[in-house]
Amino acid sequence: MRIIGLAGRRLAASIPTLFLILIGVFLLLQLAPGDTVDALMAQMGGGDAATARELRKFYGLDLSIPAQLANYLWHLVRLDLGFSSIYGKPVATVIMERLPPTILLMTASLSFAFFFGLVFGVIASRAVNKWPDTLISTLGLVFYATPSFWFGLMAIVVFSIYLQWLPAGGFEDIGEVRTGIFRVIDIARHLILPTLTLGLIFLAIYLRIMRASMLEVLNLDYVRTARAKGLDETRVVMGHVLRNALLPMVTLIGLQAGTMLGGSVVVESVFSLPGLGRLAYESVIQRDLNTLLGIVFVSALLVVVVNFVVDLLYARLDPRISAEG
Amino acid sequence: MDLTRLEINRRTALLTSAAIAANVINPMRAFAQEAPKKGGVFNVHYGAEQRQLNPSIQASTGVYIISGKIQESLVDLDADGKPVGVLAESWESSPDGKTITFKLRKGITWHDGKPFTSADVAFTAMNMWKKILNYGSTLQLFLTAVDTPDPQTAVFRYERPMPLNLLLRALPDLGYISAKHLYESGDIRQNPVNLAPIGTGPFKFVKYERGQYIIADRNADYWRPNAPYLDRIVWKVITDRSAAAAQLEAGELQYAPFSSLTISDMARLGKDKRFIVTTKGNEGNARTNTIEFNFRRKELSDIRVRRAIAHAIDVPFFIDNFLGDFAKLGTGPIPSTSTDFYPGAGTPQYPFDKAKAAALLDEAGYKAGAGGARFSLKLLPAPWGEDISLWSTFIQQSLKDVGITVDIVRNDGGGFLKQVYDEHAFDLATGWHQYRNDPAVSTTVWYRSGQPKGAPWTNQWDWEDKQVDQTIDNALTELDPTKRKALYADFVKEVNTELPVWMPIEQIFVTVITAKARNHSITPRWGSSSWHDLWLSA
Repeated sequence: MRIIGLAGRRLAASIPTLFLILIGVFLLLQLAPGDTVDALMAQMGGGDAATARELRKFYGLDLSIPAQLANYLWHLVRLDLGFSSIYGKPVATVIMERLPPTILLMTASLSFAFFFGLVFGVIASRAVNKWPDTLISTLGLVFYATPSFWFGLMAIVVFSIYLQWLPAGGFEDIGEVRTGIFRVIDIARHLILPTLTLGLIFLAIYLRIMRASMLEVLNLDYVRTARAKGLDETRVVMGHVLRNALLPMVTLIGLQAGTMLGGSVVVESVFSLPGLGRLAYESVIQRDLNTLLGIVFVSALLVVVVNFVVDLLYARLDPRISAEG
Repeated sequence: MDLTRLEINRRTALLTSAAIAANVINPMRAFAQEAPKKGGVFNVHYGAEQRQLNPSIQASTGVYIISGKIQESLVDLDADGKPVGVLAESWESSPDGKTITFKLRKGITWHDGKPFTSADVAFTAMNMWKKILNYGSTLQLFLTAVDTPDPQTAVFRYERPMPLNLLLRALPDLGYISAKHLYESGDIRQNPVNLAPIGTGPFKFVKYERGQYIIADRNADYWRPNAPYLDRIVWKVITDRSAAAAQLEAGELQYAPFSSLTISDMARLGKDKRFIVTTKGNEGNARTNTIEFNFRRKELSDIRVRRAIAHAIDVPFFIDNFLGDFAKLGTGPIPSTSTDFYPGAGTPQYPFDKAKAAALLDEAGYKAGAGGARFSLKLLPAPWGEDISLWSTFIQQSLKDVGITVDIVRNDGGGFLKQVYDEHAFDLATGWHQYRNDPAVSTTVWYRSGQPKGAPWTNQWDWEDKQVDQTIDNALTELDPTKRKALYADFVKEVNTELPVWMPIEQIFVTVITAKARNHSITPRWGSSSWHDLWLSA
């Protein structure tokens, strides 16, 4: 109950920010030349002026910009995200359709990056400046420096074209209708390459942070005390160091949840996944203002939620920090 | 100019394009010894999703590539590019050209079981082609009524003479029929059938998962005997061009239509025996690269400056080094693939001649100032393809050599159309002119004066020529095909003289398709056609 109250308060505090972001994006998009009817004309390869006029009226683009903005905000207050001009359905429906692949991909890559970042960070810090450390740090740097679209394409070349182990793209197999566990396995197979591609870059960051954080905590006085009282090295690391070294990692998750949503445009395009990133890109190109604002709204909400969870985690990891503080 | 370095960088591209030339297999080659095989799934690359899929209200290849298999047109083009009946069996025009009668095929049913009749034709023509369809609304401007004396006869009545030839050449694209019973109530644009099309074609719509795929299955009740051969067509939405090439190689796609891959991937796959890379089957979708001049700029309103710009660009060099076999030298608005109208290369041309360009600019009074600079221009390239991007850079470097500084301003699709055709915020623009089998469909609007402001791909140059307007109008209602051809030859001569737009490169879309496909690329608009006879060999 206390947590729900807390969550409510957090959400309420973020409402002004949300509105400011939405108004900002709305105005920013007005700076882009052309509207959704121009984009439609570009797609159709031509059309006459009368049709364009009629369409502008249909999409509500004949109103002034302040009127359009007021219109949008008034709908939003009533939790109505409006109508998508490219999909011809309510924005909320469009986003709900696209949300699962993005969340799945994001959770999978974050977990992957977090887990392996942690493991490799610990290994590197235990063997600092020896060959495992050098190897891990170099690999980390390589992953970090590689553009994700290139990584994705190379993964397809190796695993889909050359070895033929994994599908080259898509969210699930279209050929057969699968249900239950078989569908889960099929989707998982499709998500392996995108998860690796998106996760590897973040893995590099996590392992660097973990390594540095471990090294710092290992030098603290209480660790020396633990060693002095005769604990073996494994118990020192697992029981005393790890937990304290985790805090910066958890902070990072909160910060990167937002980045992950944006970073997935590239990965979603390369692996043809029907996610939010691609939807956002398409909305910009097609000047579908309602859909874009809807995505910004949902993404902002996601970031707020993730950061709230991170705060709760802090409190679990370090009792000195209170989630309410 | 720093082009020697580019040449070295492009050498590999050159070599590969030579390899394609050697490898292009003539798709018309008879596979007589092979018996057509039923079955199979054909996976098609779908690069850009459209807002709706009904070809009766949107004329674009992005719609035809899907609904061209589900809905059918009155006529299509045969292997020689001549009109051949699909839903229409025969047609005739009255001597004054104001009445055109179509006899429709008997016994055809819609996918939902209802019979197809002349009422569907009349409804589609009056409510969709005339009112909504892009290019259709212009083509059918003088259509007053479609009479339906019986279910198999549709009589088109025009206020002004309509050349039968023009109509028949336009209808393969602009003549798709929709079912009256599905559209007669409610707003046509918002009809859910637009995203789940129902037609008379060889394939029945099954499912559309936005952002992922579209599926259509074999229509067992199709009117052509023994057709279609394929069990299923799947269109996969893949926005990344390189990823699409990878899926082709992984066997997850069999066909990438309309130059949907990168130039380098098309060149690479051309050397791969598993694929056929060809421009065959796309002759009906010819396009030309443009240089559009804004006459509101004082310099550009001077014909000597426009000609100087045309002379300053080494087009054959550009084609050889950047586009390879996928393009050829253009000679104006009517491409050489349009055999019925192409006037030959005898019209005024502007071959590469830097000295002449400089002399023309001097003569116009724009002498080279300090550092050789004369004046500067803003160039807006359209974002439709990488060829335009390369071409705009090439224009920039070429014009620098004759003392014209060019600033390139890049936009996305909506932004480009808005700035060029509505706000006129450009000096030079470059993009594609799509030729649609007859100059009256989408070509003459680039030159005819009086185009409403904001209409994309029309004369927005602030240029008007009474003589050209007259020629265009005369050709539009000329019933005699020979005279029409002569009028369009005059038209090309006039606009190549005045040069409000220069169209020096001709391109045809490139098809990448599995070598197992049979009966593919056999008509000039094959990618858009119904694929009723397409089959896959084992």
